[in-house]
Amino acid sequence: MPVSFKLNGKAVTVDVTADTPLLWVLRDTLDYKGTKFGCGVGQCGACTVQRNGTAVRSCQLRVGTLEGADIKTIEGLSPDGTHAVQRAWEELDVPQCGYCQAGQIMSAAALIERNANPTDADIDTAMNGNICRCATYHRIRAAIKRAGEIKRGVGVTPNSSRSGAPGADADAAASGAPKSLFTSAR
Amino acid sequence: MATTIKPSATPNAQKGVDRRGFLRVSAIAGGGLLIASYAEDLEAATSAFGMRADYTPNAFIRITPDNVITIISKNPEIGQGVKTHLTMIIAEELDVEWKAVRIEQGDHNPAAYGGQGAGGSTATPQNWDLLRRVGAYGRSLMVESAAQTWGVPAAEVTTGAGNAYHRASNRTATYGQLADKAATLVPATPLTIQQFQALNIPLKDPKDYKIIGTKVPGVDTRKIVTGQPLFGIDFTMPGMLSAAYVKCPVFGGKVVSANLDVIKAEPGVRHAFVLDAGPAARDQLHSGVAILADTWWQANAARRKLVVQWDEGSGATHTSAQYTAKAAELGKAAPMRNLRKDGDADATIAGATKKVEAAYYVPLISHAPLEPQNTTALFKDGKLELWSATQQPAGGRALVVSTLGIKTEDITLHIMRSGGGFGRRLTNDYMVEAAAIAKQVPGVPVKLIWTREDDIQHDFYRPPQWHHLSGAVDANGRVVAWKNHYVAFGTPNSTQPNVFFGNSSGISAAEFPARFVRNFQLDGSVIETHVPLGALRAPGSNGIAYATQCFIDELAQAAGKDPIQFRYDLLSQYQADAPPAAPAGAAGGGRGGAPGGGGPQFSAERMRGVLELVAEKSGWGKTRLPQGTGMGVGFHYSHLGHFAVVVQVTVSKAGAIKVDKAWCAGDIGSQVINVLHAENQTQGGVLDGIAEALSQEITVDRGRVVQTNFNNFQLLRMRQSCPVEVHFLKTNNSPTGLGEPMLPPAVAATVNAVFAATGKRIRSLPLSKHDLKWT
Repeated sequence: MPVSFKLNGKAVTVDVTADTPLLWVLRDTLDYKGTKFGCGVGQCGACTVQRNGTAVRSCQLRVGTLEGADIKTIEGLSPDGTHAVQRAWEELDVPQCGYCQAGQIMSAAALIERNANPTDADIDTAMNGNICRCATYHRIRAAIKRAGEIKRGVGVTPNSSRSGAPGADADAAASGAPKSLFTSAR
Repeated sequence: MATTIKPSATPNAQKGVDRRGFLRVSAIAGGGLLIASYAEDLEAATSAFGMRADYTPNAFIRITPDNVITIISKNPEIGQGVKTHLTMIIAEELDVEWKAVRIEQGDHNPAAYGGQGAGGSTATPQNWDLLRRVGAYGRSLMVESAAQTWGVPAAEVTTGAGNAYHRASNRTATYGQLADKAATLVPATPLTIQQFQALNIPLKDPKDYKIIGTKVPGVDTRKIVTGQPLFGIDFTMPGMLSAAYVKCPVFGGKVVSANLDVIKAEPGVRHAFVLDAGPAARDQLHSGVAILADTWWQANAARRKLVVQWDEGSGATHTSAQYTAKAAELGKAAPMRNLRKDGDADATIAGATKKVEAAYYVPLISHAPLEPQNTTALFKDGKLELWSATQQPAGGRALVVSTLGIKTEDITLHIMRSGGGFGRRLTNDYMVEAAAIAKQVPGVPVKLIWTREDDIQHDFYRPPQWHHLSGAVDANGRVVAWKNHYVAFGTPNSTQPNVFFGNSSGISAAEFPARFVRNFQLDGSVIETHVPLGALRAPGSNGIAYATQCFIDELAQAAGKDPIQFRYDLLSQYQADAPPAAPAGAAGGGRGGAPGGGGPQFSAERMRGVLELVAEKSGWGKTRLPQGTGMGVGFHYSHLGHFAVVVQVTVSKAGAIKVDKAWCAGDIGSQVINVLHAENQTQGGVLDGIAEALSQEITVDRGRVVQTNFNNFQLLRMRQSCPVEVHFLKTNNSPTGLGEPMLPPAVAATVNAVFAATGKRIRSLPLSKHDLKWT
């Protein structure tokens, strides 16, 4: 039975078995490959999308329940990759392998939308369902805080986030470490 | 994605020349210049831990008249950052602006690129010198072209930002403008590596570096944060079917029969058939049922109706408990092999007043890269095309050749970005499965995707290790004897030399503290298993460092010394002669003393350096920590890197553990190439070690893996993560790799911290199995 919902602001209608998870409708039926398959049981968060602004695991969302829903995927987070979370992710160069990052970004964007100044505890709660096998958690945490700053207009100059290499401040935030990583042998 | 320009107009006809030639420069049809360096010997010997050493140095630069400078990244990108940092090396010496360079991923093409692989933290040590020289050679061609064009001495031509300059006459040319000229300057025949080295091209002084040693974001970061298709699993093509492949849960089991007619009637299913095991089934193609449908979800939905009668085979009786009992029995028995004997450890321990005896154990664990195994395959007109996320494309192609009888020249293999590797994708079983399935449906592209359950239950697991240790300290608190009977999985009576003893968990005859303890004995015994085993990030080391560094803490306690002071003392003790160093770049795990291990040996001086640095940065011994909080330390040398890690944990009275912070100090030589990624990689590696210590374990029951998914095989999560301070000690040594060596000491430091916090010695992993309550 056809199901119609809004995907990244556009109306779509799909006609697949009602129990098909949204994840596979996105990837196989609609060819949106940004949303990733990681575990299929709602444990890893790689498939995170937003439903009516809330982060949800698309592998657990049956398409038959989505009539009229408003779904946003990584491809629709911003028209040109300039959402505060995407800018922060790029500034701090968060990814290693990168596979989990779409899901991380969608969870982070939902958090920042409701709380642009999250504490570490807020971040733990919002992000604990998103596994990063490369363990880039340190930078994810720093990038969420940076995204909050961008959203609040702190430390943002025109094009500041698009210059390529991150600034020293952003890097210090990412590492939590002294600015120089190097010590010369004695 | 694919490269569009071949290294030569007639690559096949010139194959013999290509293989002998190290570096060739050629004109591109339509204008421009191509610089390609080649492997000397594509059939390189097998490296020490069983991987083909097929990652010989190589490079590929293209400069076109429209001033587009492209560098091909030939090695698989699995999150280790090679696509960025190896190309940075070339760009530096070529003297171009980083932002002006385009990076392309090369297909698997040994004739063009030589070896292509990701493993053993080898990319940097093997490529550092040659990629700099290749880049510098390109720059020298631009200088010469400018000199001839302008009629000025080459010595007066300078370069910068992809331009050649003649200051005296105020002339400038872009590299693009010089490319056609440069293509006419070079000998028609490729240079041999000897001829190339004889050119002795000058390299930049590191103080003049503009790219190397800076913070360069990953070349694919923008694509990642905007969700563009990039990974193997994202590949698609018209008419493609999706496949599930169902294997026997018992390793080595075979299909007897299956309800294929029922499956074929399921929605969307186009084909369902049984595949027989390949000729060497254990590590290759397993017997199973393939289900092909229009979408993967349909194939997966049909799978739930699948009923298979399996012949489970002889493995069906194996259990983890049996392995543990067998290891304990072997540990008490005479060893199968003596790996090293210096002095008399038995007599020294027997006569000592301060002695310690302990058995350490690490379990099987799974790699679990987050992107499930997958490959897309198209078999058409006798030719096979593959799109695969693999760490070892050459091994994958060879496996397809040997299993399916398709000729090498009839296979095209596109290397896709991998959503993590950790050693799992050194084994290409999923690639040969996809190829075998596609071979049954000629002309139809097939994408095979494993479920997470397939991945957890059909891995090539990190093998367990059992260390039966005893040792003694004298009245001055010095280690006078050390003995270990090491038990691992392997083949009894094998003729494997005393190097990297144990399947995928090799211990070396020079394993620390060999050479530092006068009475030292290392013995080995093995247990046979049907469980598939493979290299996991820092293979061998990821368990050996835990046992060694925790036992050192036990000896320190017996000696009444601070754990770090005790280590300083141990490092300054008796040193037997180091075995001769193997040639640099010989690959392998790179631990001290292993012939073929390559590069520099374990250095007490370098290890002392990182230990002092991590002690200083962590404030070791400077603050009084409350009860329930403690710091632990560990160091290890592997993959040519000297690393020391301090971890602080807090254990609640109820026994809940929280890792507060980690400090890591590493010596990887004179240069960290991409500072931005190096820090990220090191933090991730330390956390990976902490995760292994905390909660990771795979168990076997009735011949099959008990765990199924991330609910019962635990990966680290945000809440368990902690800050990791990273410090590098710069020393006058050639730069080495960062994929692995920070991990092993982090495992030990975590467990030593638990002792400091609770007084409990945890001698088997993971920590989650133990009661850590204290009062």
